[in-house]
Amino acid sequence: MTRSVPTTPETVRQQAAESAAKRRKRARSAPIRWRRRTLLGLYLVFVMLPIYWLLNLSFQTNSEILGSFSFWPQNFTLGNYVGIFTDANWYMGYVNSLAYVLMNMLISISVALPAAYAFSRFRFIGDKHLFFWLLTNLMAPPAVFLLPYFQLYYSVGLFDTHIAVALAHCLFNIPLAIWILEGFMSSVPKEVDETAYIDGYSFPRFFVTIFIPMIRSGIGVTLFFLFMFSWVELLLSRTLTATNAQPIASIMTRTSTASGIDWGTLAAAGVLTILPGIVVVYFVRNHIAKGFALGRT
Amino acid sequence: MEWMVWTLPTAIFFSVIAAILLGMTAWELASPTVERRGFLPIATTRGDRLFIGLLSAAYIHLAVVGFTDITIWFALGASVLWLLVLMRWG
Amino acid sequence: MNKVYNNKAWFLILPMLLLVAFSAIIPLMTVVNYSVQDVFDANTRFFTGTEWFETMLNNPTLQAALLRQFAFSFTILAIQVPLGIGIALLMPKRGWQASAVLILITLPLLIPWNVVGSIWQLFTRGDIGLMGVGIRQLGYAYNITRNPADAWATIILMDVWHWTPLIALLCYSGLRSIPDAYYQAARIDRASKWAVFRYIQLPKLTNVLVIGILLRFMHSFMIYAEPFVLTGGGPGSSTTFLSQSLTTMAIGQQDLGPSAAFSLIYFLIILLVCWVFYTAIMNMQKDNANQGGA
Repeated sequence: MTRSVPTTPETVRQQAAESAAKRRKRARSAPIRWRRRTLLGLYLVFVMLPIYWLLNLSFQTNSEILGSFSFWPQNFTLGNYVGIFTDANWYMGYVNSLAYVLMNMLISISVALPAAYAFSRFRFIGDKHLFFWLLTNLMAPPAVFLLPYFQLYYSVGLFDTHIAVALAHCLFNIPLAIWILEGFMSSVPKEVDETAYIDGYSFPRFFVTIFIPMIRSGIGVTLFFLFMFSWVELLLSRTLTATNAQPIASIMTRTSTASGIDWGTLAAAGVLTILPGIVVVYFVRNHIAKGFALGRT
Repeated sequence: MEWMVWTLPTAIFFSVIAAILLGMTAWELASPTVERRGFLPIATTRGDRLFIGLLSAAYIHLAVVGFTDITIWFALGASVLWLLVLMRWG
Repeated sequence: MNKVYNNKAWFLILPMLLLVAFSAIIPLMTVVNYSVQDVFDANTRFFTGTEWFETMLNNPTLQAALLRQFAFSFTILAIQVPLGIGIALLMPKRGWQASAVLILITLPLLIPWNVVGSIWQLFTRGDIGLMGVGIRQLGYAYNITRNPADAWATIILMDVWHWTPLIALLCYSGLRSIPDAYYQAARIDRASKWAVFRYIQLPKLTNVLVIGILLRFMHSFMIYAEPFVLTGGGPGSSTTFLSQSLTTMAIGQQDLGPSAAFSLIYFLIILLVCWVFYTAIMNMQKDNANQGGA
């Protein structure tokens, strides 16, 4: 459809805008676009450079790291990785970390879903204050809770188990999940709920078969954030474990020994902690920006 | 419970807080609060004013304990008074 | 959205409440109990009243750590917020480039915090680090274990590297929610780029920016692992922030009473800042809703 005579003010405006945009695109020449790309490129280099250096060192032997300074591995070696994957002490660290992270995701999402629904659909006594209290837990420094946690989990006999860390991480992960999910749920119109109830759905059936599928992108993003914050946390997971459930983050401190620091292994272990994050971020890449705004844009 | 090392003063403190919360809930059920503007710069409900009062009471106590030689009972009295003023006119 | 008033909603909240209460209220009560006693073990303890609070509030080391903490938090906010907005404006809006840039930018956020410290340690060391060696080649005797200024600059650079992506992603999602019609109207009015930013983009960003600043401020207030690994709080105590002072006192020296009192003071500061931001967010949403209705 080309150039029909515009009839309403909107179409006039739109046509004017389109032609103006076309003209401008031709006029706004390559220099501006290249300037944007260069600036963004510079920032990306800044982001990638430390990570590249980690990768670079992880493929070198310790003698090469300390002996010669080079921008890429001269004698490419996988020895550091082999060392990690053949030593049970090392790779169990990853297993432990993944175990408590997954437990925490499961616990958090299953109690956060109904709670977020309640916050997004109902008013009740103390709702605003409860929400604020949750927020303060999200913001509370783990250092404050360190001592009592140690005592608490010790006295109930959960010290040095995966579930202890999973429960401790609930402190900030459940509030986070509720905050994000509430944002996503509030963007689902209430008519959906009402229609379902008129059609004779019970609440549990409606929630599981209709509502949850409608906000599945929100749930995906929430799971991603739960994973992320549980995965990166160090202080609590280190304090609540000794040997059986020790997370990879605290095993990494073992690289510094009396004879100096094992730089190659440290770098390789670091690279391996980044990989799970890359895998999960790939799945939610289209919704992640909204998730970071806690579903509130 | 032994590891929580309870003492009488802290037990009383938490009982009072719990009692206030229960009382506020009962009051809310009996006559729901209406958001209004008092001398505070924002519109508040009863619960908001209680929270503001308690938080400022904590700071009053810290200031008195940390930086003056006045007894803590004075801080307590001032806080209760301030809380009442806030609840009524805040 | 008009919400229904229904107190049965409490039943939906209950499981969550029990779990969070277990992880939050019981420990908090215990901290309060510790803070008024000198605890050796569960049976040997003495009531000390407000003594610990008095010592902690007048402890020069902690006061210094608190000031350092505020200086750090405001510095990183002053850098990260403008930088984040700028990057969000530069990010491509659609196509595979958008996804690729998004994933690359998110990367620093997904790295465990102590590994972030290790990465920067490897990156900035004078003998094996790219940045450390690079700066020395330029003729500056860069040394984060000796020179407090270098240590500070490096920690700030590390935090900018680590957390600017959060602000950038928040702003990016705020920008994407602006309907194209706004830009078209601006084009017809021949609005300048600055005017578009000032009157269309920035108002839309304030909402997400408040969330971003809240999250950043709070996270910078509990920063622990990164400086601990990178500088160990040194040289001297020039990069020792609140969390680290607290952890040293609680775990390292086992001073339960004083560190509990310190925890409570720390928590009250957090609570106040949190409340101010939360009220701001809520009032902003209320204003938006009112404008939307008009």
